[in-house]
Parts: sequence; structure tokens; C-alpha cells
Amino acid sequence: MSQKITIEPVTRVEGHGKVTIHLDDQNNVSRTRLHIVEFRGFERFIQGRPYWEAPVLVQRLCGICPVSHHLAAAKALDVIVGAGTGEGLTPTGEKMRRLMHYGQMFQSHSLHFFHLASPDLLLGIDADPAIRNVIGVAIHHRDLAIQGVMMRKFGQEIIAATAGKKIHGTGGIPGGINKHLTIEERDHFLQGPDPMNIDKMIDWSIGALDFFKTYYKKNKEFIDSYASFPSNHLSLVRKDGALDLYHGVLRAVNADGKKILNDIDYQYYTDYIEEEVKSWSYMKFPYLKELGPENGWYRVGPLARLNTCDFIPTPLAQKEFEEFKSLTNGKPNNHCMHYHYARLIEIIHSAEEIKKLLNDPDLLQGPLVTKGTKVNEGVGLIEAPRGTLFHHYRINEHDQIIMANLIVSTTNNNEPMNRSVNYVAKSWMNGKTQITEPMMNAVEVAIRAYDPCLSCATHALGQMPLDISLYDKDNNLLDRKRT
Amino acid sequence: MAAFIQILVYGYGNPGREDDGLGIELVKRLEGWSKQSGLQGIAFDTNYQLNIEDAEAISEKDFVFFADASTEEIDNFILTQVTGEKEVTYTTHAASPGYIVKLCADLFGKYPKVFLMHIKGYQWEFKEGLSEKAENNLQKAFDFMKDYLINLHTGDTSQLKT
Repeated sequence: MSQKITIEPVTRVEGHGKVTIHLDDQNNVSRTRLHIVEFRGFERFIQGRPYWEAPVLVQRLCGICPVSHHLAAAKALDVIVGAGTGEGLTPTGEKMRRLMHYGQMFQSHSLHFFHLASPDLLLGIDADPAIRNVIGVAIHHRDLAIQGVMMRKFGQEIIAATAGKKIHGTGGIPGGINKHLTIEERDHFLQGPDPMNIDKMIDWSIGALDFFKTYYKKNKEFIDSYASFPSNHLSLVRKDGALDLYHGVLRAVNADGKKILNDIDYQYYTDYIEEEVKSWSYMKFPYLKELGPENGWYRVGPLARLNTCDFIPTPLAQKEFEEFKSLTNGKPNNHCMHYHYARLIEIIHSAEEIKKLLNDPDLLQGPLVTKGTKVNEGVGLIEAPRGTLFHHYRINEHDQIIMANLIVSTTNNNEPMNRSVNYVAKSWMNGKTQITEPMMNAVEVAIRAYDPCLSCATHALGQMPLDISLYDKDNNLLDRKRT
Repeated sequence: MAAFIQILVYGYGNPGREDDGLGIELVKRLEGWSKQSGLQGIAFDTNYQLNIEDAEAISEKDFVFFADASTEEIDNFILTQVTGEKEVTYTTHAASPGYIVKLCADLFGKYPKVFLMHIKGYQWEFKEGLSEKAENNLQKAFDFMKDYLINLHTGDTSQLKT
């Protein structure tokens, strides 16, 4: 008799989802699905609104990564107002946005590693769930837990200083930015009392990666093999191949490192990328058109970015990048748990970029906005913490938005997350007819590596429950657990 | 000069979702009133939701008042004391006040007195502005908190015992 397992909710991910696992006659896993069962409505919600409202409106998609949506929308509207496609802004406009973005990257990655991922690493996947959380981390590694809090706070303060406020920030506007950084703000971040200054943040970033590398040496087999499978990888890269989280051209490589999308202008992304709809999920499945849905799916996010870029343009992160690349002899790294490794390298890079920007006088003075000739359509891409984020808008003669298409990072990772769930389910659940807590967390560990934001991915209007359910071949529910 | 009791009033929610902005609106009004009244030692803050760094923020205070919209069946508003949660139910979309209190104790060894002002809301669509009934509840909560903060500011903590 075949059976089916469902897991909900996936804890310590952004938003919620649902996992179902079907077993066959021998109680082996025959099929798995990560479902998103929330209504998708945001793209329609903003239709009819004046285009200049988009950078503020789209932030309401999510309370955890509003900056990414704010900036992706602003970049799309740069095109519409004739301010160019990423290179046309004033130096102040672009650098203030970059500072905002790297502040967001720094706080988001820090939050994920210290407070969402580290409990699994420090305490074990099958540790007592009562202690397998940041409180448990605090008991064993109080210094790490405090560093996570303060790093998140530092990044949030950067965002507030550049976006103007913490809620519904208004910094990014079509064609540029609406404020300079003040000298007081700059000095606060450069020379603030310990630990709230950028040098301490860089030290802690390096310490976090050292901590992970020590863990990796002791647990190499687990980190290298857990939900590890080959895939394509996609991200923005700078035109010279450098890692660039704010702007660039779109590049994809296959599992062997061959370029399968060769540094294209993302204004034409619809020529290269399509989204497949499946009846069982509100989250679409993007893929490279040329390869089709079976072979064209790809990973995005920190791991993908370190696979597509040629180098990192800051010295400390570049040194770590070289060591990271040597693990796979320069070839793409397809180990799911190495998302954590890549994320920690990006924390260092973000901190280095923040320091570089804070020392740039363009932040303190200079024109804020570029103007040009308006057109009726624009695309904005950014590398959000979780991966490539697409915003695409079309407006009418009354300046109202008449079309919006958002492909968010988690949507781009839909297929690989589903494959990761399948991989782990087969490892942990073959031959089982009941769900145990360690089994549930094992599935969640794989999903969590992608740092998904399921709320964003469906443009949700509310919270999404997610469970793990086990079904037999006749679709009878055998067991169901919610975490 | 005598040291003032350090108070934080912290509203959270999404003002783009109608009555979900109740907590933030309460803080805005209290901050305006506080400035006019010349009260010292009261800090105000707002955000979409609580998150881990708030554990550090409340660690520096004697009293903390969180304010949030409520979907519960309550009359207008209710103020309750918050204690550290025994069970950790953290996602980055939703850190509860109890989680923040526990994190503050475990990480920073500090135990401020923390309260949560729940204000009853009714509508949650993607629009700015409060419903008429929520506005009415907000005014009542605002009047209550003004008196509460004045008493606390003058050192009268007897109201906290009930």
C-alpha cells in the first residue's frame, strides 16, 4: 500500500508552506511536493496605482525583505523615467542605494545564519526541539547569539539611514534617491562605540565564517552530501564578471560551469526565462526557455552567485572565495548546505562594501536624481539576500501601472527546493509510516538552506500554514504533523 | 538631577493593512503628546514586526510597552503583562513579545517589566487608514496610556500591581 506524508509548518523560514510525501507499497518515498497554498494577489493589487508609488507599495509584500522589493521596483522605474538601466543614476543616487542594499544583505544574512541555521549546526538536526533554537545556541554560544543580534541591528540602522525610516522607507525614488547621508550618520557607522562600528562588524563576519569552517572540517560528509545534487545556477554579475549584488548582467552556468546564459541585458529577460504553472502550487516554476522546464531550472541565491561570478571585488571575501572554489576545483558547487558557507562569505563582502561606501564622499553631497524621457515599460533586477529578484512594470498614458510581473528569489528556487525535499525524504523516510520530529526537521533543514521567503514567493495576502502529511498509495492520510 | 525611569513605547504592525497599523498609530500619537507635555525618559519606536534586535533595545529600559492590533474578542483594548515564553516559536516573520522578553533575559541578563497593549482591529485589506471602529478603540487606548505614562513617570507604579 503506498502512503503520503505532509509536513507543516516549516519553521524558521520566511512565511509558511506545506510538504506532502507519498509512499509506495513498500513504504518507500515515491513522490514529494513542496506546496504553496496561499492566494497570489499582489501583482494585481498594484495595477491602477501611479507608477511612482510602486517602490513604497511593493514593500508591503514582506516585512522582512522590504528593501529588496523597494530597490527592484525603483530600478524598474529608473527605466520608465528615462534614467537608464542601472548605469544612468548620479554617483550619489547609485551609491546610496548600494549602501541601503548591502545593509539589507548584511542584516538578512546575519539573521539567517545566527538565528535560523546555526541551531541545526550547533545542536544537531535531531536535537530536542525545545533547545534546538537560538535560546539553545545562547546557552552554548552566548557570544555568537549576541553577535547575531548586534549585526542585525547594525544592518537595520544602515537601512534606516538610507531609506529614511524603518517602515515604508522612501529613499529609493524613480531616477535616484531622496537623501544624502549626513556626516553624523557616516561617523556613527564608521566610528561608533564598540561594537556598533563597521570594523567590528567585519571582525565578527570573519569570526562567523571561521566558526562555520571549523564545523565543516568536523562534519564534512554531512555538509557535502546533504541534499546535494547538480543544477544550473543563475544570478546577476558585474559586466567584468565580478560579484555584484546591486546591478549587472544576467548569467547562468550549468552544473559543469558552462555558460548557458551569457551575460544578457535583463531588460530582455522574457526572451530567456519562462514560468511554468503547476496545479498544486501557487508558486510558479521558472526555467530557461532554451533548455525547457525539465532541464532549464536553476538555483539562485548565495550559492548560485558564487558559482556564476568570476571573482569578488573586496579582498577579504575574495580570499575566502578562492578557498571556497578550491573545494570543487573551480567548478560549480552543487552542495545544498554550502548555501550557508556562501552566505557567510557574502556577509564579509557586504561588510567590506559598506565600509568602502561609507568612506566615499559622494554619499554626503551631489545631485540625487537623474531625469530623462519617459517610456512605458521597465524591468528592475537585484540580487536580494535569497537570490535574483525580478520586477517588471508597464504603465499607460495616465501614468498608471497596467501590468506587473514579479519573479521573486524563492520562486526561482522552487524546483531545487522541491528536489531537496525529495532527496531528504528518501534518505529519512523510506520504510517509515509515522512522522517523527527529527524527520520533520530533516526536511526543513534542506528547505531552510535556501532561506526561502514563501510569503514573498506567492505575493501572499496573509500567512500560509504548512504541514507534513504522510499518505498511502490510495491517498489515505497516515500521519500529519505541524511544527 | 534625578534619573528618570526609562520607558520604551514600541508599536508594530503594517500600516498598509488598515487596522494592522493600530500599534504604530498609537505610538505616533503618544510621541506627539509626549513632546508637547515635555515628558522625559520616554522613547518611542515602531516597526513592521518584532525581531531579535528588539531584545537588545528593551534590555536598556525599565518599562516597555509594546502596542499591536488584535483580532481577539476583546473590548476596545487590553493591557497585559508579558513574561518570557517557555516554548520558542520563532520565525523571522513573527517574533512574539514573549520571545523578545526571553531573548533579552537569556542574552543580556536583563528583566524589564514588559506590557502589551492589544487594540481591537476589524479590517485588514491592503489600504492605509483605520476603520471607524478601530479609530474609536485607538482613542480610548490613547487616553488610557496617557494617564498610565504620567503616573509611571511620576513614580507611581501601583497601577502595575493589578
